[in-house]
Amino acid sequence: MALARPLETVEAPPAQSGWLATSVEFCRRRPLGAVGAAIIVVMFVVALAAPVLAPYDPQLVDFAAMLARPSPAHWLGTDSFGRDVLSRLIYGSRTALIVGFVSAFVGATLGAVLGVGSAYFGGRVDLYMQRLMDIFISFPLIILALALVAILGNSIPNLITAITVPMIPRCALVIRSSALSIREMPYVDAARAAGFGHSRIILRHMLPNVMAPYLIMVTAFLGQAILLEASLSFLGLGVQEPLPAWGLMLRGAAVEFAEAAPWMAIFPGVAISLSVFAFNLFGDSLRDALDPRLRTQ
Amino acid sequence: MARYVVKRLLLMVPTLLGVAVMIFFLMRVVPGDIVELRFAGEGASVSRDNLDKERARLGLDAPLWKQFMTWIWGIARLDFGTSMWTGAPITEEIRLRFALSLQLAVMATVVAVLLALPLGVLAALKQDSWLDYAVRIFAIAGLATPSFWLGIVFILALLIVFKWLPPMVYTPFWVNPWQNMLQLIWPALAVGYRYSAVATRMTRSAMLEVLREDYIRTARAKGLWQRLILSRHALRNAMLPVLTVVALEFAFLMGGLVVTEQVFNLNGLGLLFVESVAHRDYTLTQALVLLVAFVFIFVNFLVDLAYAWIDPRIRFR
Repeated sequence: MALARPLETVEAPPAQSGWLATSVEFCRRRPLGAVGAAIIVVMFVVALAAPVLAPYDPQLVDFAAMLARPSPAHWLGTDSFGRDVLSRLIYGSRTALIVGFVSAFVGATLGAVLGVGSAYFGGRVDLYMQRLMDIFISFPLIILALALVAILGNSIPNLITAITVPMIPRCALVIRSSALSIREMPYVDAARAAGFGHSRIILRHMLPNVMAPYLIMVTAFLGQAILLEASLSFLGLGVQEPLPAWGLMLRGAAVEFAEAAPWMAIFPGVAISLSVFAFNLFGDSLRDALDPRLRTQ
Repeated sequence: MARYVVKRLLLMVPTLLGVAVMIFFLMRVVPGDIVELRFAGEGASVSRDNLDKERARLGLDAPLWKQFMTWIWGIARLDFGTSMWTGAPITEEIRLRFALSLQLAVMATVVAVLLALPLGVLAALKQDSWLDYAVRIFAIAGLATPSFWLGIVFILALLIVFKWLPPMVYTPFWVNPWQNMLQLIWPALAVGYRYSAVATRMTRSAMLEVLREDYIRTARAKGLWQRLILSRHALRNAMLPVLTVVALEFAFLMGGLVVTEQVFNLNGLGLLFVESVAHRDYTLTQALVLLVAFVFIFVNFLVDLAYAWIDPRIRFR
């Protein structure tokens, strides 16, 4: 009767490690990614707590303190309108995060749906879809965004649209190539045999399995979207005065008075670089963690 | 091979046609047209009649499909027409800017490759060492730093340290090569840093992959010099993906340098594009976009051809 062991002694499967344990593990194994994540968290806190943290109203014009050097009153100096650079930087993080997150998520999601759909249907649909994507991709990112801003006009939602559209085909291409192999999986055949509709198979069976490349695309786009927003605002085609945005802060006076007031040109650039740096750092580590082929021994 | 080349060249036509259709109609959706903009600039009140006359002169009164066919027919005969804003032939408008953008792109590529190859190879050889981390941070920072801001910082540093300001007037290469190089080296460095970051990352990851291959172990086992293994066996095989990103980045530089050109006061293709869109100069914008798209598609095609040349295993049908 040795076989009749009580059921309890059968080893229980290891408990699903919670997100906390996963994050600790991530930080331990990927210190660079953890640094990136920490900077992102700080950015979020700063953006949320902007009214508390900012020492001045970011739009407050003070002609008595034009182009003031960094001092205890204005830690990072003031611009040519006497506006506090630090406060504008703090409020600018809101613009950057909103534009970055919305366009990265919407762009990557639409791209993923198109990519998976293209791979799933194959044949003609796939061919035409690929041709269409080719056309979109032959425009440099910024050229397409510029043309869209010209059409849509200046406002934050339009800016987000202009940044999102060029990202869709780029994501669709990447996701399509991963989805092509998933389409051949037995469970997709099974789902089809069970008589599920196309949309259900695409949304419930295929999309969850391209999560890894999707997340990688989202983090990559986040940085790119912030850079693109800064470039467009710098050209005067993005966020408009007096709204605070980092790219906008570099425009015009910042360059004109660069010698007399270098703080106007330096700090916004540091803010842009640091935030994009953080997203890239985090995204890279995420990619390494999610893609087993890239794991280092 | 010849069949493949012809097939690829023919496949460019529908894509370019698609680009042409898209930019043509995108431009017509942009609110306001060149006639309104020009007369608005003159301030005087202009009668409807005059506006209509000017539109007719520019051929803007014809139905859209007719305008499109006229334009495409011109392109098919390599006649790009004249700029609606300046009236000069478009080939004339583009030629000088193209030379500048091309030179800048070439210089930035040289900077990028000179930085990327050694850094990428070193980082891969010493994976997970402090050197590797330093290279990776250098590269990720390169991706994160907007090149136009780096340009501003360069100008600032030159101004404060050397009291040197980039000259207002552009000196073409054939007039004074030294002056010209001096003028373009800073934008080339500013752009090249980002560019080298892309290439460094690709070199590193491609090298890491190749170094784990069996043939590298074989080469080591038979006692080949490390240097020979690296140059003949590893680097050559790791070159393909690196070549791809370098080429694509190059194609991007030809039209996408809008902001850096603005900072350095350079009249390249990117700035011309912004101006032409602002003026609603349909013919010029359309020609520019078509040119940039063509460069991108053509570079892609060259990369594919280079694949076959570098890697004999790849043969095209």
